[in-house]
Amino acid sequence: MPARAQKPRETLLIRPRTGWVGIDLRELWSYRELLYFLVWRDLKVRYKQTLFGALWAVIQPVLLMIVFTLFLGRLAGIAPGGIPYPLFAFAALVPWTLFAQSVVGASSSLVDASNLLQKVYFPRLLLPIAAIASYLLDFGIALLVLGVLMAWFGVPLTTSVVWLLPLTALLLEVAIAVGVWLAAINVRYRDVRYAVPFLVQIWLFASPVAYAESLVPPAWQPIYRLNPMAGVIDGFRWALLGEGPPPLGAIAASLVFASVILVAGLAYFRRVERTFADVI
Amino acid sequence: MSEFAVSADGLGKRYRITHQRDPYGRLTESLAGVFRAPIDRLRGKPRETIEWFWALSDVSFELRRGEVLGVIGRNGAGKSTLLKVLSRITEPTVGKAVLSGRVGSLLEVGTGFHPELTGRENVFLSGAVLGMRRAEIIRRFDEIVAFAGVEQFLDTPVKRYSSGMQVRLGFAVAAHLEPDILFVDEVLAVGDAAFQARCLGRLEELGASGRTVIFVSHSIPAILRLCDRGVLLDRGSVIAEGQMQSVVRAYLESEIGRTSERAWADPTQAPGDDVARLKLVRVVSASGDLRDQIAITDAVEIEVEYWSAAPEGLRPSVNLHFFNAEGVCLFVTNDWNDRSWSARQRTKGIVRSVCRIPGNFLAEGQVIVTAAVSSYNPTIVHAVERDVVAFDVVDRTEGDGVRGVYTNEWPGVVRPMLEWRVAQRAWETSRPSHWVGDRETGQANS
Repeated sequence: MPARAQKPRETLLIRPRTGWVGIDLRELWSYRELLYFLVWRDLKVRYKQTLFGALWAVIQPVLLMIVFTLFLGRLAGIAPGGIPYPLFAFAALVPWTLFAQSVVGASSSLVDASNLLQKVYFPRLLLPIAAIASYLLDFGIALLVLGVLMAWFGVPLTTSVVWLLPLTALLLEVAIAVGVWLAAINVRYRDVRYAVPFLVQIWLFASPVAYAESLVPPAWQPIYRLNPMAGVIDGFRWALLGEGPPPLGAIAASLVFASVILVAGLAYFRRVERTFADVI
Repeated sequence: MSEFAVSADGLGKRYRITHQRDPYGRLTESLAGVFRAPIDRLRGKPRETIEWFWALSDVSFELRRGEVLGVIGRNGAGKSTLLKVLSRITEPTVGKAVLSGRVGSLLEVGTGFHPELTGRENVFLSGAVLGMRRAEIIRRFDEIVAFAGVEQFLDTPVKRYSSGMQVRLGFAVAAHLEPDILFVDEVLAVGDAAFQARCLGRLEELGASGRTVIFVSHSIPAILRLCDRGVLLDRGSVIAEGQMQSVVRAYLESEIGRTSERAWADPTQAPGDDVARLKLVRVVSASGDLRDQIAITDAVEIEVEYWSAAPEGLRPSVNLHFFNAEGVCLFVTNDWNDRSWSARQRTKGIVRSVCRIPGNFLAEGQVIVTAAVSSYNPTIVHAVERDVVAFDVVDRTEGDGVRGVYTNEWPGVVRPMLEWRVAQRAWETSRPSHWVGDRETGQANS
């Protein structure tokens, strides 16, 4: 095998690491094909032996939209005038659903793969990231449904729709930030499994999904801003339905807090990663 | 560039064991802790004892490119831990290792398989998990499928495969990895004999093609066939190293290689507590000879002796767990089945407890025994020794066993000779007469 002999040999040093370690981006990149296969597996498996298949991607946010519309839509002032309430709710439910699914999926991603963790090496970060990435398809489908709804209600798209791209990146940052924390904690403390559904529920009410952010009393606004999903959802609503200037303050606050959570989460993940196989 | 493909320098791995005085209890493991805690407190023992356990300590060796190293040792000697550290599944506590070249590890057959996915999909998934590139999998796909012999079932979910097919497909994927350094752990323990032979052949090919291989196995013949050099581990440390043959000899001649008998001369060193300590566990034939192999038709006895301190109110009893090579618990048995003994007041002395397993009951293959001495009500595990002895059950297929003269795969974790009653009745009396063909009898309708 002459081709093999010419290849430079990689040298690997195995030794105990101490303290905090950074993210090895080059290694992550070299495992991109595995990431692809993990996402592909999640997608294949998720809707096998289901009756509605990928329709589930739409059923959940649409049902929530209907529930919100029936029970909250008629409350005065909950949505700013002009925008039909179902549309107002759905524009927020699309990013919210991706976030909620990501948090649930990522938090169990390591524990569900415990057998893999004990049998083969790969960057462990791939697992929560793959779990989150696999929900992007559902997200895309939900966006299409949103487009149909907008056409139905006669709400035109504006140029601000291009903001969806950076906003989606921000949404993913928030999802990964929360996801890696929960995934890593779950390895040692299975309490996470019981806490996550509850956490997601509370978080839904703490985010401007069913109501407008302007409903929050000004005194509470600073605390409210600590929730990085608030800025994401505000941004989505504005990019799709809004007029006027973008809610830059909310988005910036979201970016800052999401980054803090993400950096801390990655550091924590890398620190406890070395014992995953021993404690899982 | 160093000439060594693998060089390990003082590798050690420490595990923490909490609140279990017997880290390997099985039957009693979960419940015993709950019940034992109050007793321990009465005795003034701390509720939770943290123990450190070195699964691997100060392991150093060097392996040149293209060498095949065999690692042997009893169960729990640290062989698998060594491979886990080298394949980066877990970090060493101390020491370091340098690997030069692309690393692949095969610690399990069918790593990454998902039961809901089809055979085709799983080849890609498992290949990717084991570190193959997509292009590489596509290129070798036909070879993998042919090796596994599952061509017709490629689009069937793997959950509908027989376990034999799953193993074949799993190994086939792994066998087509092309790393420079390959770690292989006990994968030959699965599958039928013909398939094992093919796996062995494939590993031999890999070794011959210049790959550096570290191979862990219980099978001495396989180790001897594949490996040039060997390392013998015991309690985490290297106790012999060198030519494979001489390492195997060292293993077989030493106490640690004698898997059919384990004895402790000194009660203070023996596994156990202040109530009971193991003295002897051995595998013997019906006539009392030490055996590491037993014909499937013959009875086998497990003898256990322990020092008993005659505790007040406790009635220790011996229990034995039997496992096959895949780690499946075949059955558990306890000497309280000897009713007269079980009711008796214990006095200080050496207790000898013998369990007889009839012939034509165990399946063929390796049987691994875990022995424990424990009390019931309150539940206390006094002594436990995991995988203390092992023996092989051999079916010579001479027609007197359960399988008769049938030589193909005979599944099942046990192979009991059961009572069958077969009889024949006259056909006409039990069936309507028209079931008998007209043409045959010519008069059934008359």
